[in-house]
Amino acid sequence: MALAIARKDALAELRGRHATVSTLFFAAIVLLLFGFALGPDSARLAAAAPGLLWLAIVFAGILAVSRLHLLETDDEALEQLALYPVARRAIYAGKALGGLAVMLVLGLLVLGAVGVLFAVDIGGALLPLLLTVILGAIGIAAVGTFYAGVTVRLRAREVMLPLLMLPVLAPLLLGAVKATTAALTGDPFGELASWLQLLVAFDVIMVAAGAATYGYLLED
Amino acid sequence: MKTRILGFVAAAAIAAMAIVSLFVVPADLNQGDAQRVMYPHVASAWLGYLSFGVTAVAGILWVWKRDLRFDAVALAGAEIGVMFTAFAIWGGMMWGRPVWGVFWQWEDPRLTTTALLLALYVGYLLFRRLTDDPARRATRAAIVGIVAAVDIPIVHFSVEWWRGLHQGATIGSPSRMLNPAAPMVFVGTLLGMLAAFTLAWVYLMIRRYQLARVQMAREEAVRLERLAAARAVAPRASTPAPRTPESTEAAR
Repeated sequence: MALAIARKDALAELRGRHATVSTLFFAAIVLLLFGFALGPDSARLAAAAPGLLWLAIVFAGILAVSRLHLLETDDEALEQLALYPVARRAIYAGKALGGLAVMLVLGLLVLGAVGVLFAVDIGGALLPLLLTVILGAIGIAAVGTFYAGVTVRLRAREVMLPLLMLPVLAPLLLGAVKATTAALTGDPFGELASWLQLLVAFDVIMVAAGAATYGYLLED
Repeated sequence: MKTRILGFVAAAAIAAMAIVSLFVVPADLNQGDAQRVMYPHVASAWLGYLSFGVTAVAGILWVWKRDLRFDAVALAGAEIGVMFTAFAIWGGMMWGRPVWGVFWQWEDPRLTTTALLLALYVGYLLFRRLTDDPARRATRAAIVGIVAAVDIPIVHFSVEWWRGLHQGATIGSPSRMLNPAAPMVFVGTLLGMLAAFTLAWVYLMIRRYQLARVQMAREEAVRLERLAAARAVAPRASTPAPRTPESTEAAR
């Protein structure tokens, strides 16, 4: 069931491409504006690149997860979904997997864009960078799906979603930026593994919390 | 009446402890008078944490027992927690300026953690205001409150690490002021201040809870009034099955 929901979201996304195209474009603009805000000194931009990378991914991720839930508000689709005789956790897992697919595409493309725009050598540390992006994407999808579900039926959802989501994502941002920095600088202090562990712990806890509580949202 | 007496006692205790901490206890050798900020600062930070714990527990109890009184407790905890936490941050900044030389110190994990904590619960309070139906609001708020509480340890841990892997010790962090070698007179004053603040906290929690219950009763009254008005407009249509608030609640 979870896979069916994820497949449905992925299919709708492939046909319409509302979430990916607009959020990618948004991420690109964010990167460009960061360049204006901190540039044009290229050494300084390269030093700030890990932070900029993750801020762009997080900001664009907010848009992506909210789009995926807005799909369900048309024709009361979410209510229909809640009526299916399956575990509520499966619905959460399905929505989160759909979000994860979008976040992975987004994360990888933004990573590439950062490499090009800020002259960062990504190829030198591809594996740890990919791992960081995957772990970060899981965390953002898990937290984002939960909060998008919480706010989707509110009038002020556009404001409330980032307001609730960003403070919770703070540890992820911190760990991901640190892991990216460590990967790019060749990990001189041997701290990369610790930061990746932090990301894994964050992902596990947030997926569990989201799966455990999401059902109550559909009930009310 | 008893609550009112408690309020007076709490106010008197805080006034007494203010005098003790400002004039009776000697100033710190290194930090001078600025260190006196520590007493209310630490007390309010502790109570802020306690309040958010109360909110999380009350949220779980609401989901479990479906009693709106728990939601009133959760609201009281969040609101009073935000107040105490904001006060703790403000006090810390007033202390940080003369001692550290800056209002804000990114190296201090407690400061950054507490700031995120404040953001989490201000978001919680704003979120609460957006749902009109009491039961729905309670459920949604409970979920958001529980996830926020789950996030707190991760935030604390990650920020602690962030600083730890980054740079050496922080000068004058609260843990160093509370070390076992601290003179008993300082520790005693801090405990006295904590007791006085806790009395005030209990008083405020009771009052905020009572207020929340009154607000809920009013919401319910307004709802019944609207229902009656709707019935008065179309008396024939609704006579076969008069809808009580219970049945509308159950139908949902």
